[in-house]
Amino acid sequence: MSNGWAQSLHRSSLFQLTWTRFRLILREPEAIFWIFIFPILLAAGLGIAFRNRPADVLPVGATTAQMAQALNAGGGLRTAVVNEAEGVHQLATGAIVLLAVGEPQGVRYEYDDTNPDGRAARLLADRALEVAAGRRDPLPAADRLVHETGSRYIDFVIPGLLGMNLMGSAMWGLGFSIVEARQKKLLKRMVASPMPRWQYLLSFLLSRLTMLVIEVAVFLSFARVAFGVPFRGSLWQLGVLCVLTSLAFSALGLLVASRARTMEAVSGLMNLAMLPMWILSGVFFSAARFPAVVQPFVRALPLTAAIDAMRGNMLQGLGLGQMLGPVAILLAWFVVPFGVSLKIFRWR
Amino acid sequence: MSMAEKEQSGPALRIEGLRKAFSDVQAVDGLDLEVRRGECFGLLGPNGAGKTTTIEICEGLLEPDAGTVELFGLDWKRYAGELRQRIGIQLQETQFPDKLTVEETIRLFRSFYSRGLEQEELIGLMQLEEKRSSRVGGLSGGQKQRLAMATALAGDPELVFLDEPTTGLDPQARRHLWELVEGLKRAGRTIILTTHYMEEAERLCDRVAIMDHGREIALGSPVQLIEMMGGEEIVELGTARAANAGTARAADAEEFVEKLKAIEGVREHTEAEGTHRLAVSGLHSVAPRIFALLEAEGLHLSEFRTHSATLEDVFVRLTGRNLRDE
Repeated sequence: MSNGWAQSLHRSSLFQLTWTRFRLILREPEAIFWIFIFPILLAAGLGIAFRNRPADVLPVGATTAQMAQALNAGGGLRTAVVNEAEGVHQLATGAIVLLAVGEPQGVRYEYDDTNPDGRAARLLADRALEVAAGRRDPLPAADRLVHETGSRYIDFVIPGLLGMNLMGSAMWGLGFSIVEARQKKLLKRMVASPMPRWQYLLSFLLSRLTMLVIEVAVFLSFARVAFGVPFRGSLWQLGVLCVLTSLAFSALGLLVASRARTMEAVSGLMNLAMLPMWILSGVFFSAARFPAVVQPFVRALPLTAAIDAMRGNMLQGLGLGQMLGPVAILLAWFVVPFGVSLKIFRWR
Repeated sequence: MSMAEKEQSGPALRIEGLRKAFSDVQAVDGLDLEVRRGECFGLLGPNGAGKTTTIEICEGLLEPDAGTVELFGLDWKRYAGELRQRIGIQLQETQFPDKLTVEETIRLFRSFYSRGLEQEELIGLMQLEEKRSSRVGGLSGGQKQRLAMATALAGDPELVFLDEPTTGLDPQARRHLWELVEGLKRAGRTIILTTHYMEEAERLCDRVAIMDHGREIALGSPVQLIEMMGGEEIVELGTARAANAGTARAADAEEFVEKLKAIEGVREHTEAEGTHRLAVSGLHSVAPRIFALLEAEGLHLSEFRTHSATLEDVFVRLTGRNLRDE
């Protein structure tokens, strides 16, 4: 019974087409690198570059032991006792960022006010000395330090990288394979057989969705294990978003590849389509930073919608119902380009 | 004749008044053809004669500007689905994916047909047993062409189109492919092939149509076409004046041609780049007379060749050009 089922699957042209796509991807070492390894390397690199370090302790100098003791007690500063000439020399060579010189009436600070560390040291030192001299703050203040997961740069950038990766693999995967098949006259050979044309296109979407499961699982597991990136929203909804994103970019890839006859032509079109999104869609920094005039354009891009929705899900725990805007934009980017490419697709 | 009868017994292919123009070229210019069931029919002509355009219109891959095309009495507009199942196609320059194996490629194409030959039969038929697990990228030109034929046969087609099946192959691979095509003929399949190798058409085809500039310029069996030449042998000769015989006059040359034509058994004379080309019958009696004439005229032979007339000679006679000129 199960044998008969396996045999009819084996005979199914849709299965054979999809399985062929899958085979061809797996036999392309470069594709494996760009789809699976590259995003992980990028995430690892960014994670290391932007890892959270303990707050810096600033080196300063003081001309009296009494002042040095008061400065060290204030926190955030590491104070050495120096005479004035020595201190000026250390300041000039960057060994210390501020020198506190005791004066008969009080204290004089020497520092470079264009150096942020110098200014920070000035504030810390002054507060420490004033408090030591008996100042009482009229307004009680308390600090709560925020280092929690979900607000770090790596948490912000992971959904961005995920979106960018889904865009790249869908567009390159579809665009290049289709144009290559057209250039090598394979497409023409296929339509000279009784193969249903819709099955050929559907096989690309199906193999893409299969790859997607592996691709997303590998990348997000890495983000979880290596950086503890949070998943505050529902995982199945995140899955739905990934599928929707991938479908939208597959449709766009199909559109870009629907007429092009050469690899050069499709590469150009592909970059033309993706470049605005690399820049504007907020992969590495928030898209909200662009001026208000261009915001409607930025918001309408599929990658912006995808990344916004993924950040909403992963970082804020929003449900799909709370992100109808981005979801609708992604759906539109799936339906419209797919419909147009079916109309204008060049089969020869 | 009713539709059903026509489908059973009519010609495998019928073309009437076929025309197709591309932006600046009239590729096919009013072509009528009929291909009988079970015959191997050759479309012959130089590059650019319109062979591929014609065959692609027959395959339902191109729309003609005018004219009708019927396969088994069925047209492409209404019966495309059925026709696709009943014909097999090998295109001129398909490159199958390098990273698929022979078996995988055949299995993929087999899956497109509702009925057809089993994978093992196809591999056996095209003698690809040893290469079944090899990737397409590692196959020789001949093996790739056999794979293309295997995919064309996947649906056990009644009619097979082969577009320049041996172009670019070495002589050994070419002969191997000819044997395989002969096998298909014996199995009773109708075959339509294009080629610009006359030798190939003579060996494989029951009938050929010679095409030039989008038109048919001759139709018949290879033997009939060669008979059209009026002589069974071709003699090509070049002459040089003997050193002591003085300078040549134009009138001498004309006189010489007249004397050549006057030899009994010489049917036709053409001249190109100083080489005389004669169609003759009875070479054994004609050749000595040619030599005697040369002797009498004080001319030396710079070249002398003879061969049995071929389709190539037919083409030269009809167009004044060599087949592979362009």
